[in-house]
Order: sequence, then structure tokens, then C-alpha cells
Amino acid sequence: MADLPHKTTPITLDTFLRGLWKENPVFVMLLGLCPALAVTNTTFNALGMGLATLFVLVCSSALVSLLRDYIPKQVRIASYIVIIATFVTIVDYGIHAISLELYNALGAFIQLIVANCVILGRAESYASKNRVTKSIINAAGMGFGFTFALLCLGSVREILGSGTLLGYPLFGESFQPWVVMVLPPGGFFVIGTWLLLFAWLKERKQRKITRQEEAARATG
Amino acid sequence: MQPDDLSFIFLNAFIINNFVLAFFLGLCPFLGVSAKLDTAWNMGLATMFVMLVSSLCAYGVNMLLVEFNLEFLRLICYIAVIASAVQLVEITIKKLSPAMFRALGIFLPLITTNCAILGLALFQTFKEYNFLQCLAYSAGAGAGFTLALMLMAGLRVKLDLADVPSISQGSAISFMLAGILSLTFMGFAGLGGH
Repeated sequence: MADLPHKTTPITLDTFLRGLWKENPVFVMLLGLCPALAVTNTTFNALGMGLATLFVLVCSSALVSLLRDYIPKQVRIASYIVIIATFVTIVDYGIHAISLELYNALGAFIQLIVANCVILGRAESYASKNRVTKSIINAAGMGFGFTFALLCLGSVREILGSGTLLGYPLFGESFQPWVVMVLPPGGFFVIGTWLLLFAWLKERKQRKITRQEEAARATG
Repeated sequence: MQPDDLSFIFLNAFIINNFVLAFFLGLCPFLGVSAKLDTAWNMGLATMFVMLVSSLCAYGVNMLLVEFNLEFLRLICYIAVIASAVQLVEITIKKLSPAMFRALGIFLPLITTNCAILGLALFQTFKEYNFLQCLAYSAGAGAGFTLALMLMAGLRVKLDLADVPSISQGSAISFMLAGILSLTFMGFAGLGGH
């Protein structure tokens, strides 16, 4: 039913890239903050969490998109949540089998992927209205955007907080780690600083555009 | 105090390991609803109530699941329990106090996707609390959530009057504030362990 108006819009590179940068779930939309801050005290955990979320996002988007004509509108949110919870259970058991170390480090946060608003948001606003391939590509972009954001946070926190990257020491013996960065307050500070950086870049770009317009008006 | 004491469990969830500031659970409402003091208060109370109800239901459901060896269904059942608890609270409030129902508005159904509630249900299962301990834990977590929300709302009311650089307006400065708040709460860590 929702197929017709979208058949005309082709799949472009933008379908994928949009989630990666322009609509980055963490830095732009401020969604899914709980896992983004809670498990990013090391780069390895951030990567594991990002990939787990990517898997759930892609699979649930595909299934929601496949079933979009069969799910009644009234119970759609409940149905989406059950679909998401199923894939999260798969991921939970999968990580448990693959890497016990990662499983223990992430703890309950693997199961909390269910309550990640990025995934429900994708299901509700995109997958339920678009064709399967398009939803999968869009979800993959979002998932990689989420992983990218988690890596941004995780690497900074690990480098400053314990002086290592992926477990390899970066600095000499004399480095005094900023322990606060791996503790909860560090998460807030690092994401605040990233947002400041992005806001600064955006403002600089905006100023450049206005200056060019003024220059064009002056000459013309 | 022993780690199994009810008062310790309450205090632990209330301030030492505050759900918002130490576990980053429920950040969406924490940043979204903390612009005004009275909405923050109402949101805190509603969340606390849903926490109490869903925690007790989750305890019962978990007992059933363990009894029948169906632990792999835990996550799906918990989410269903929470969604029904929110629905129940919504109906009850609508019946008992229509004024409060109107004041809470859209925030009530949104409690379903609050990860603090699912987190509470999962944590109490991992810690293997008994019925009374679950009650103390959920009361502490709810009170802690309300406390964090009220503190943040109070700070942001003051922040509106402050003259901050234009690029840091909005979310960036809120995160910095939350970081400082979280730093303050770390001072309670000496009171007990996990």
C-alpha cells in the first residue's frame, strides 16, 4: 500500500550516506544515547556494541519492511518491538557464544538494545514505508553511523582514560591516565565536546557562505 | 549496612549508582523533559510508578519462566510486561485524575521506550533479588530518576539566564552540565559498592 509513491524514488548513494553523516543518530538526532555513553569506555566495547546494533537494525528493518502490508496499524509498535526483541535475543546468545569477554563487558546493555530508540525509529519512520532493499540500505547507513559515533566516543575515552588504543599502549610509562574519562562523567564530557566541535564547524561553514553571498552582492 | 539490606539496596539505586548519572539509562527523557521543573516532577512520578509496577510484574514473570525453563523468552516477555504496565498506568490515571492525565500528555506512552525501566527489570534479575528487595530496588531507582531529573531541570532553568557562547547552546551545554552532575554523584561512591 505504501509501495506506490516510493517506487518512483530510486535508491541513491544518499539513502546510505544520510544516516552516516547528515542524520547521524547519535550526534545529530541525539538518539540511542544510553548505549552510546554506557559501553564506550574502550574502543573494543564500542566496536562490539556498534556492530551488534547494526545487525539488529538491518535485520529488523528488513523484516518490518517485508511485513509492512500485513501488520495492522493499531498494533504496529508492539509488533515492531517483538521483532526487535527477537533479533536482540539472537545477538545476545551469539555474542555469548563468540566472545565471553565482550559479553561480560557489555553486560545487560546487549539486551537493552531493544530499548534503543534508533531501531524503533527506523522501523516506524522508514522501514514501514519503503521497499526491502531500500530499507536495508538505509538501516545499514544508520547502523554504520551509529558505529562511527560510538568509535568516536570510545577511542577518545580510551586514549585519554587509559592511554591505550584497542589495548595497545600509546604513550610512555610516564603517562598519567585521566581516569575520569573512563568513568561515567567522562562519557558526558566527551560527547559534549564532540557536539561543540560539530557546532563550531557548522557555524564556520555558515559564516563562510554568508561572506561569499555578501561578496557576490558587492561585486554584482 | 549489609549489601542485602533493604535500606542499602534503596540507597544504592537512589544515589550511589544512580540510574541516569552512573548507568546512563533513561537519557532521552532526562534531556527531553528537563526544561521545566513541574513537567520534570510529573514525569519523575509517572516513571517511578511504572517502575514499581513493571518491576513487580517482571519478578513474577521471571519466576514463571525459570519454572518452565524458558529463560530465552525473558527479553520479549519483559518488554510486553512493560508495555502493558504503561497501558495500565495510563488507564488508571485517566480514570482517577483526568487533570494529571492531561498534564502528562504524550510523556506517558513514551515511558515504554525508556530504557531505565527495562534496565531495572534486567538488573534485578541478574542480581537475583527476592520480592522485597525488588520493591526496594525499584523504589530507589524511581526516586533516583526523579532526583536527577529535578536537579537537571533546576540547573537548566538557571541556564536560560546565563550567557553561553552561541555554539554551545542547546545539547552541548546540557551534556557538560550532566557530566558535572555525574561527577558530583561520584562523591557518593564511597558509601558502598555495586
